[in-house]
Amino acid sequence: MTYDVAIVGAGVNGSMTALTLARGGMKVAVIDRGGICRQASGVNAGTLTMQMTRVALMPFALRAHAMWADAKNWLGHDVGVVVCDGLSLAFTEAEEELLSFRATKRREAGAPIELVSGARAREIEPGLPDNVRLAGHCVVDGFANAYLTGQAFRAALLEAGVTLIEDRAVTGAEPAGTGWRLLTSDGPIEAERVVLAGGVWLEQMANWFGVRLPMKCLINQVAVTERMAPVMRTVLGVASGLLSMKQYPHGTVVIGGGWQGTGDPVTGPRDIIPTNLLGNLRLASYVTPALKRARIVRAWLGLEAETADALPAVGALPGADGVFTIGSIHSGYTSGLCIADMLARQLLGQDIPLSLAPFATARLVQEKNA
Amino acid sequence: MKAETTDLCVLGAGPAGMSAAIAAAEAGLAVLVVDDQDQPGGQVYRAPSLPRRIVDEDAQTGDALRAAFAASGAKLLAQHLVWGAAREPDGFRIDLLGPEGLATVQTPRLIVATGTTERVVPFPGWTLPGVIGLAAATVLLKAEATLPGKRTVVAGRGPLLYAVAAKILKLGGVVAAVIDQATMGEWTGALPALASNPGLLARGLAWRAQLLSKGVPVLHGEGLAAARGTDSVASIVTTSGRVFECDALAVGHGLIPSTDLTRLLRAEHHFDRARGGWVPARDAMLRTSLPGLYVAGDGGGVSGAAAAAPQGLLAGLAAALDSGRLAAGSRDAEFASLRAAGDNRFGAAMAGMFALRPEQAAAIPADCVVCRCEDVTRQEIDDAIDQGAGEINQVKAWTRCGMGPCQGRVCGDVVAELVAARVGSRERAGQYTARLPLRPLPMAELIGEFDYTDIPIPKPAPL
Repeated sequence: MTYDVAIVGAGVNGSMTALTLARGGMKVAVIDRGGICRQASGVNAGTLTMQMTRVALMPFALRAHAMWADAKNWLGHDVGVVVCDGLSLAFTEAEEELLSFRATKRREAGAPIELVSGARAREIEPGLPDNVRLAGHCVVDGFANAYLTGQAFRAALLEAGVTLIEDRAVTGAEPAGTGWRLLTSDGPIEAERVVLAGGVWLEQMANWFGVRLPMKCLINQVAVTERMAPVMRTVLGVASGLLSMKQYPHGTVVIGGGWQGTGDPVTGPRDIIPTNLLGNLRLASYVTPALKRARIVRAWLGLEAETADALPAVGALPGADGVFTIGSIHSGYTSGLCIADMLARQLLGQDIPLSLAPFATARLVQEKNA
Repeated sequence: MKAETTDLCVLGAGPAGMSAAIAAAEAGLAVLVVDDQDQPGGQVYRAPSLPRRIVDEDAQTGDALRAAFAASGAKLLAQHLVWGAAREPDGFRIDLLGPEGLATVQTPRLIVATGTTERVVPFPGWTLPGVIGLAAATVLLKAEATLPGKRTVVAGRGPLLYAVAAKILKLGGVVAAVIDQATMGEWTGALPALASNPGLLARGLAWRAQLLSKGVPVLHGEGLAAARGTDSVASIVTTSGRVFECDALAVGHGLIPSTDLTRLLRAEHHFDRARGGWVPARDAMLRTSLPGLYVAGDGGGVSGAAAAAPQGLLAGLAAALDSGRLAAGSRDAEFASLRAAGDNRFGAAMAGMFALRPEQAAAIPADCVVCRCEDVTRQEIDDAIDQGAGEINQVKAWTRCGMGPCQGRVCGDVVAELVAARVGSRERAGQYTARLPLRPLPMAELIGEFDYTDIPIPKPAPL
């Protein structure tokens, strides 16, 4: 059986690409060495914010936010999305400068961020301390239950006729006719075109095609409290972007912000660094003093890919006809839906409303492997 | 933050941990033992908080071991909760929370002697107030000399049933019934192995005789169909439909090796149903797959208290040997005899008696809560598997089971059994990924006093 497109990696980018392609009439397979959305797409903090999004991604992030908010309708399944306000806070003069500069740039890129006083921020979020100097207030914010992403997409992919192959590792690729043969732990899979959607494993995947695509690996830390009575109603962050925090309807508070642990793409996430956990939690409880009553029940790490310029790697893989990548989106969970949808529409030969050219994978490829 | 270094760190001050410390200290290692209780003893030799009303054999053995431990020169860090651990280039880092806040221990060698967690296979009503674990009942009875209720039903599987029932009688309480899932046939089948420790067998038979002489109904081959009551347990119904009124139910279905630490450190494990579940792989000297990491006692596979002490001594000597404090070959005969004592038939037979049977998980009704922290029912777990969750961590993600304060310690074994029934094996079903903190950490104690400017906020991401 030859597929029109085989997608390697069943995270949110691969799954969304597959869904649009299948709904567009293509015969699609998604292959993952584990279960669907078990890596970054399932373990990230679920934040759908504009205040941590790169300026170049803002138009995509805004569209993606609307997609997440409406997932029940177009995806057909719930990912527990809550749309709410977001606040990014400054407590020092330096943070005030950083915040006003960044908020202005993001606002110019289309994010409806308003700079408000500390007093106004406390009206919006009464649980804040009284020394907020300045806040970025954005009405387009919110969060998803990241751990439900796989459940929702799995059902949607099967309904769309996608062949989902979990627990099968792709180990290499070779040309086959006009397309490619993917070698796997359980026999070959042939497809006319291949989309690599492997997050931090994109570098290894590009290697199958003799292409060197360097990827950095961030090891992001997330922590969660026990269920508790409501202590916040907005998505809270700080000017530097090193905090993202929100309370889920069931009462747990998820605390992230990109503090680092240890690990690498080969062994996966390894260890939480206690001083980084402490730093993240101190920042969280400084922003919301009521969290001092919380108990931390769990912390974990997820791997996020980052390119040399910290922008996505989307489009044709040079030197390998019919092979494409999507990944390293930086705020990938928020924006990925929209970018993956657009890549799929391009592959279907449709016009897309925004250009993916700035993210072309070709800019990142170094010398070809010998 | 307080930071200590030592030659050997031992986690858990039960019989295995104390014995390991005694052996290693005698061989010249600086030993630091960490335990979350006030006093050493662990679960089986738990130190009493009040003067003893009952001095039994366990109490004597425990007091003697505590005295030997106190004289050993090993240092005890009591009231310290182990919440994290990591491998470092020179060994291990252990993260602790104690009365004075956060602390760490750096050690080239680590012996994990953290025992077991009690298994309760869910049944309707198991979350009612008044329903407690058999292990919790032993804490009440041994350490606090307190009865679980005025009229207690004791139910489940394994020797603890009889130990708990007998202790309740000894303290003057009423046992409404003992409901043992094991049939008389299973017990007689185990007799030859149990006879390998005549003392323990005699004690068990004496407990049983006491119960029968007091007219306590002892049912065999029966389980609990339900516990009933509005605000708290008022009666139980057995699987054959017999009803017993009570105000307390002590129930347990065996013990599960506590592998949080060895999983967190990513040592190799394998599934050994007869020894309680997933256990770390160990060599003849109780070394795990990670250099410098040893596991002694029930945490390496349920073997019982009698095996825990010799296993502890062996692991302590192994750490000394691997540190170069013992000459190779100098104590081989001792190792062999400790190994024999640490691998006893009695403990293995008992562990086999209360190993989880697939039928026990299969019998859980659809609407019964399996994960009590997050109120996840059997039906919701089955639905997640129907929707394509092929292993336990995907089930956790899609249902929240195992995400609560106990981190899946209570439900994990049973949930994995439910998944295994559908995906073919416990190996395929997998284990919950170990996450720190290993126990919930109060934020206030964790963060302490600090200034905003002290928080080492990293460089902002690019705009």
